[in-house]
Amino acid sequence: MVVTTRARDRATERPAHAGGRNRRRTDSRTAALMTAPAVVLLALFIAVPVVLAFSLSFTNSRLISRDPARPVGAQNFDRLLGVSILEQHKAPGAADFPPVRDYTKRGSGHPQYEEKSVLFTVDSGDERTVVLAGDPTFWKSLRNTFLFALVVVPVQGGLGLALALLVNQRLRGIRIFRTIYFMPVVTSMVVVSILWRFIYQPNGLINSMLGTLTLGSWDAVDWLGNPHTALPAIMLMSVWQGVGFHMVIWLAGLQTIPPSLYEAAAIDGADRRQMFRLVTWPCLRPTRVFVMVTITLAALGLFTQIDVMTQGGPLDATTTVVYHAVRKGFREQQIGYGAAISLVFFVLVLGVSLIQRRMLRERS
Amino acid sequence: MRRTLIGGIISAVTVSALVAGCSSSGGSGETASGGPKTIKLWTHAAGNPEELATVQKVINDFNASQKAYKVVHEAFPQGAYNDAVTGAAVSGKLPCLLDVDGPAVPNWAWAKYLAPLDLPAATVGKLLPSTVGRYKDTVYAVGYFDAAIGLYARRSVLTKNDIRIPTIDRPWTLAEFDDALVTLKNKGDYDYALDLGTGGGGEWWPYAFSPLLESFGGDLIDRSSMTTAEGRLNGPEAVKWGQWWQSLFTRKLANSREATDRVAFLKGEAALAWNGNWGAADAQKAYGDDLLFLPPPDLGKGPKIGGASWQWSITNSCPDQDGARKYLEFSLNPRYLAEFSDKIGLIPATEEAAALTEKYRTGGDLRAFSDFSRKFALVRPPTPAYPKISSAFEKAAQDIMNGAPVKTSLDTAVDQIDGDISSNGNYGF
Repeated sequence: MVVTTRARDRATERPAHAGGRNRRRTDSRTAALMTAPAVVLLALFIAVPVVLAFSLSFTNSRLISRDPARPVGAQNFDRLLGVSILEQHKAPGAADFPPVRDYTKRGSGHPQYEEKSVLFTVDSGDERTVVLAGDPTFWKSLRNTFLFALVVVPVQGGLGLALALLVNQRLRGIRIFRTIYFMPVVTSMVVVSILWRFIYQPNGLINSMLGTLTLGSWDAVDWLGNPHTALPAIMLMSVWQGVGFHMVIWLAGLQTIPPSLYEAAAIDGADRRQMFRLVTWPCLRPTRVFVMVTITLAALGLFTQIDVMTQGGPLDATTTVVYHAVRKGFREQQIGYGAAISLVFFVLVLGVSLIQRRMLRERS
Repeated sequence: MRRTLIGGIISAVTVSALVAGCSSSGGSGETASGGPKTIKLWTHAAGNPEELATVQKVINDFNASQKAYKVVHEAFPQGAYNDAVTGAAVSGKLPCLLDVDGPAVPNWAWAKYLAPLDLPAATVGKLLPSTVGRYKDTVYAVGYFDAAIGLYARRSVLTKNDIRIPTIDRPWTLAEFDDALVTLKNKGDYDYALDLGTGGGGEWWPYAFSPLLESFGGDLIDRSSMTTAEGRLNGPEAVKWGQWWQSLFTRKLANSREATDRVAFLKGEAALAWNGNWGAADAQKAYGDDLLFLPPPDLGKGPKIGGASWQWSITNSCPDQDGARKYLEFSLNPRYLAEFSDKIGLIPATEEAAALTEKYRTGGDLRAFSDFSRKFALVRPPTPAYPKISSAFEKAAQDIMNGAPVKTSLDTAVDQIDGDISSNGNYGF
């Protein structure tokens, strides 16, 4: 995205007298030649898989099978996105609502409910609304993925900027701090995840530390084992791991701002806060776009931490769309269904990117 | 104009990728001008130097013993092995000889990756039943060894707490086992009574815990039809298992968030451990003569443990199946089976081989495990639906452990398994 922005800037900068038909033709040939490697790679690793996923998602293709894949129409999407609502009424004097399984069991004579499972229920007195889904884990994965992005994008971006401002000062030994903050980035995510698994254990570092600080009155929390804390715990770790990278990007952005602008601002009598608001912030716009977009994409693709730390548990509290697709496609060998998940996800991510692009463009 | 250019690039790329994919093959059966025929062999043992060295030794001996064939091996790390096989199968580049994780045999046989072994009945008959990989009564794979699970305990701890030491003929009943756990927990010397290995992922769950369900009288699937899990995985016995399983964690008898390494028992944080024979050496180091390997408890329908470890098979695409079969028969020599057992600590597949080993011969240190395997092992359901069953069971067992309603969790697993089976035409059953 940034690449295209820069390319456009450069195109507009081109001197007007460089026109001429021949020149333009040579230019475009050179351009085609220069972009060829990138286009080939994009085609191979983006376009081909997307086309494959698209065609696979309308079949019952399996990873391992003796039968060739058979087209099944939109069946995968029906199962993936199918949601139906079951209204239940408690009979007077009955202890409980009738079992949902009477409706969802195969061959029970309620085609709209069959083979669906409970996503959630809403009770009000003797009435119960049961929301059934063909694949409840997918909806939970979607919720977790977007929740993760919603928290991680601003926090990681903001923290990265704060750190960049801190380490952008001319102090002795500031490089040491830059290195320290950057260190988690160069460590493999798998390694980081395994380490944090230990840190989050009931007898791990965090609980022991809190125990010591509170003189033993702290009740150890099983951070990754509790459905309420598991996802926040993974968010925290992911921010810690990724923030260094974006600090460096922000730092690069900060250092492109000409000192003369600050000098001029100082002469105009601006205080530090005004300098940040009126000089730094506007000058960081291209950096901001890059940081926003890269964090969003990385956050939406959350997988490694989940695979290593929680396997989607406890009780689906940390399952994500990519993790779910991998689980269905590879572990359960339903490639067709996994492809359908990926395709739906692709469309959603594309939507998010387009919205983000529009928002960032409008502001300019 | 532009469209055709891009189209051209895409097709050029696809074509070149395809060509590259095909040309880098190198399947078996290449004859080096009159020399021996090459037979390719793949093993998952790249991460296990002792096992790999033994495989290599068998291959060298085989190659030296005759002139017609030359076996060459390629080793993969276990984590990437199944993906490598699937990838090779899709692109038609499978080697002649493959090792296969037991529960995957029916799946691969159904997919026609594997050929029936056609080994003499006498050869197969000598093997532990759980080392023979079958699909619909046809043998597709044989193993050199099996693993077994037992309860690790310390004699001193049981005696001190007046807990009866169970024997293979009189294992603990459910009530005895449960009482023992409660007693050990209440004594307060331990964080948990039982280390179950809940930190393990993937196949450990169905391997280690579905036998408990089976001991209660439930099962992963109706084994008589292989077409539904209804009534077996969510019947009354299964629900009873689920409630007991959940209560192990709500009563804090077992830890739902163990680390991946199995050290709770070794460090004295848990009084008992439900663990395989591969952990025996460490435990012996820690507790010496005080250590006991107890039989699995009888939770109602007899003690049960999982069976089937890695096994060897011949692929359908192998051009020299006779040669591959000769190698397999050669490798089943008790001497090699004993060597595998000595090197990697697993239970040798035949009695003859067991007699040659230090640990598994009658009176050997780990003899108990080989008895458990012979008496209690139940293979995971030999159906191509197994990957789905494994995943659904793991999720149900984890959800129940984490407090989800038992019956609903099991029902969901059943629906998922049955849906998978029916959408694959009952997998040929």
